[in-house]
Amino acid sequence: MSERENIFTRIREALTVKAHAHHGATLPTTAEHRAVLPAVGATTAEQVALFTKNASDLRANFQPVTDTAALTAALIALRDAEKWRRVAVHPGALAQPQVAALGVPTLVADGTATKEELGQCDAGITECDALVAQTGSVLVTSRSAGGRALSCLPPHHIVIARRAQVVADLPAAFALLAQKYGGNYPSMISFITGPSRTGDIERILVLGAHGPKQLSIFLLD
Amino acid sequence: MTAPAAQFTLDARRVAPDTRHRGIIQTAMGKYEVVRDQRKLWFQDWQGARNLAARTKFAAVNQLDTHLAEFAKNLEARGTKIHWASNAEQARSIILGILKAKNAKVVVKSKAMTSEEIHLNDAMETAGCEVVESDLGEYIVQLRQEPPYHLVFPAMHLTRGEIQKTFQDKLLDAPTDNPEDLTMVARRVLRQKYIQADVGITGANFAIAETGMISITENEGNARLTAALPKTMITLVGIEKVLPRLADLALFLPMLAVMGTGQALTCYNTLYGGPRQPGEADGPEEYHVVLLDNQRTTLLADAEQRDALGCIRCGACLNVCPIFRNVGGHTYGTVYGGPIGSVITPHLRGLQDWKHLSFASSLCGACTETCPVKIDLHHHLLQNRRNAFAPATGKPSWWQKTAFKLFAPVANSPALWSLTTKLGRFGQIFHGLVKGSALDPAQAWTKTREVAPIAKQSFREWMKERES
Repeated sequence: MSERENIFTRIREALTVKAHAHHGATLPTTAEHRAVLPAVGATTAEQVALFTKNASDLRANFQPVTDTAALTAALIALRDAEKWRRVAVHPGALAQPQVAALGVPTLVADGTATKEELGQCDAGITECDALVAQTGSVLVTSRSAGGRALSCLPPHHIVIARRAQVVADLPAAFALLAQKYGGNYPSMISFITGPSRTGDIERILVLGAHGPKQLSIFLLD
Repeated sequence: MTAPAAQFTLDARRVAPDTRHRGIIQTAMGKYEVVRDQRKLWFQDWQGARNLAARTKFAAVNQLDTHLAEFAKNLEARGTKIHWASNAEQARSIILGILKAKNAKVVVKSKAMTSEEIHLNDAMETAGCEVVESDLGEYIVQLRQEPPYHLVFPAMHLTRGEIQKTFQDKLLDAPTDNPEDLTMVARRVLRQKYIQADVGITGANFAIAETGMISITENEGNARLTAALPKTMITLVGIEKVLPRLADLALFLPMLAVMGTGQALTCYNTLYGGPRQPGEADGPEEYHVVLLDNQRTTLLADAEQRDALGCIRCGACLNVCPIFRNVGGHTYGTVYGGPIGSVITPHLRGLQDWKHLSFASSLCGACTETCPVKIDLHHHLLQNRRNAFAPATGKPSWWQKTAFKLFAPVANSPALWSLTTKLGRFGQIFHGLVKGSALDPAQAWTKTREVAPIAKQSFREWMKERES
């Protein structure tokens, strides 16, 4: 017998004795989840306001921009402030056109760049799948964020999102994933909630443990 | 006394009166309690959330075979190799086999308690690999050659000065004892390791049956990099980690964050459903998931304590436990410490060797009250005590029988009870002469503790006086 069969035999044998369901045994519905989870306003304006507050609490840099020209200007300002020498970008319709104006060497995260090269970039510019108002999270996948490393390896992660991508809460984010990707999910899906952090030394918060020290989120109207 | 019990007693006696240790733990826990309680209020209905979480875990664990089969089938469909391990030895040999096939020299690991369970690092190092723990706390304890102190905060027992010393000794690099500087030292060292590593090994917080994904919760980004850069990725996961649906995470991710660290959501909650897929920019070429039983089915067979398999390893029960806070994480001598460890270790490693942990409890119930998935922890400790005596040694000893024979008539007669407490008050006057010495019948208690004086007046006496 294979080890798989051995384990399943033991599981099935164990489960012949029924346990008492003290708190119920049925899977909760989304409505039940929403009734207990933190409340979120119904309108987009409320949700953007909540996202703004959460992002600030998380020490992320959240900036609404009116159009792509304003976005370009904001990115140029960051380039100058941080003296970027090299950036990497997700090959998407929203992100990729932005890097041309930066005038620094650019790596396109389409599978051609090596991890060493990616590790030398000052910023990683990605798109996202959603912004979650409830928690201030950016939902990225390997398809919206140039694979797995781009949103994690460079010291500054920059996210370009559209206002329509703001979702109310975590149940909405999971519903969106199911609807968008159905039976063909990306191999990595990540909820990014603020810049990388640790509290492992005396429970004192330090940003930039292994992932990005900074997270900037630009919201296009 | 068994060897683990003797060691426990020895270590507990050493740590409990250590005021320095106590200070470190109390400072850390004080900070945690404040943020945890704020976050509980952030939920519309925290108690309701606990009920839903308990229901979900009940459904998951009580149909474990169905969910596990679905989980494996979905992962395999997208190119993941699934391995099944009944015990630690099998799990080690599977992983060593992969390392050998890949000719791996450097292995980078993100935090995995299951790997502590199977002593994976020792085995990999013996096989000639350089193994690097990438979680900062785990990295610190690895440099010190210590086991993790706590499920969530592995280096919680260390001060910044001690960590600076460790870095100076082992890395020859630690300019100050500032936590930020120390973190940046580790960041610099580990960056190189992620890029060099041939294989990345992770644990898992949840295994999603519906979509065939593992879910990893972390703050630092070390698991993200472990899963992104090496060519081969291995996840070691206990079979009990399954959740039926992807959407169940909408409840479990924030609950784990609130109870684990007092955050709304941990910084990175990441799902992995396979190796790099066609059209993706990067990711491992191979993905292996090792499913570990290692006596979990023994716990599953105990219908009374089956709910303990629902544990999400948030560490909340450790944080509130007066025993944990007194004796510290290392004293348990187990992979899983605190109340949950005391409940499950006897199932995982043998009741007779580990029953002492169930007696090291005041049965105050703080663990049960805080548990986000409503595991009936303190009753399980009581059941372990019962089971430890049944059926082979199910008879009480002569002194237990005698004690209860003497106690029963006294407790059943108001007059005798009243007389006994009066005698007690009288006797206590002289107790100071022998307190804590070998002549003291209560020496085990009084050696390190003060005894509260018996009240000058009993409640009955007070009531009588008041009525007259």
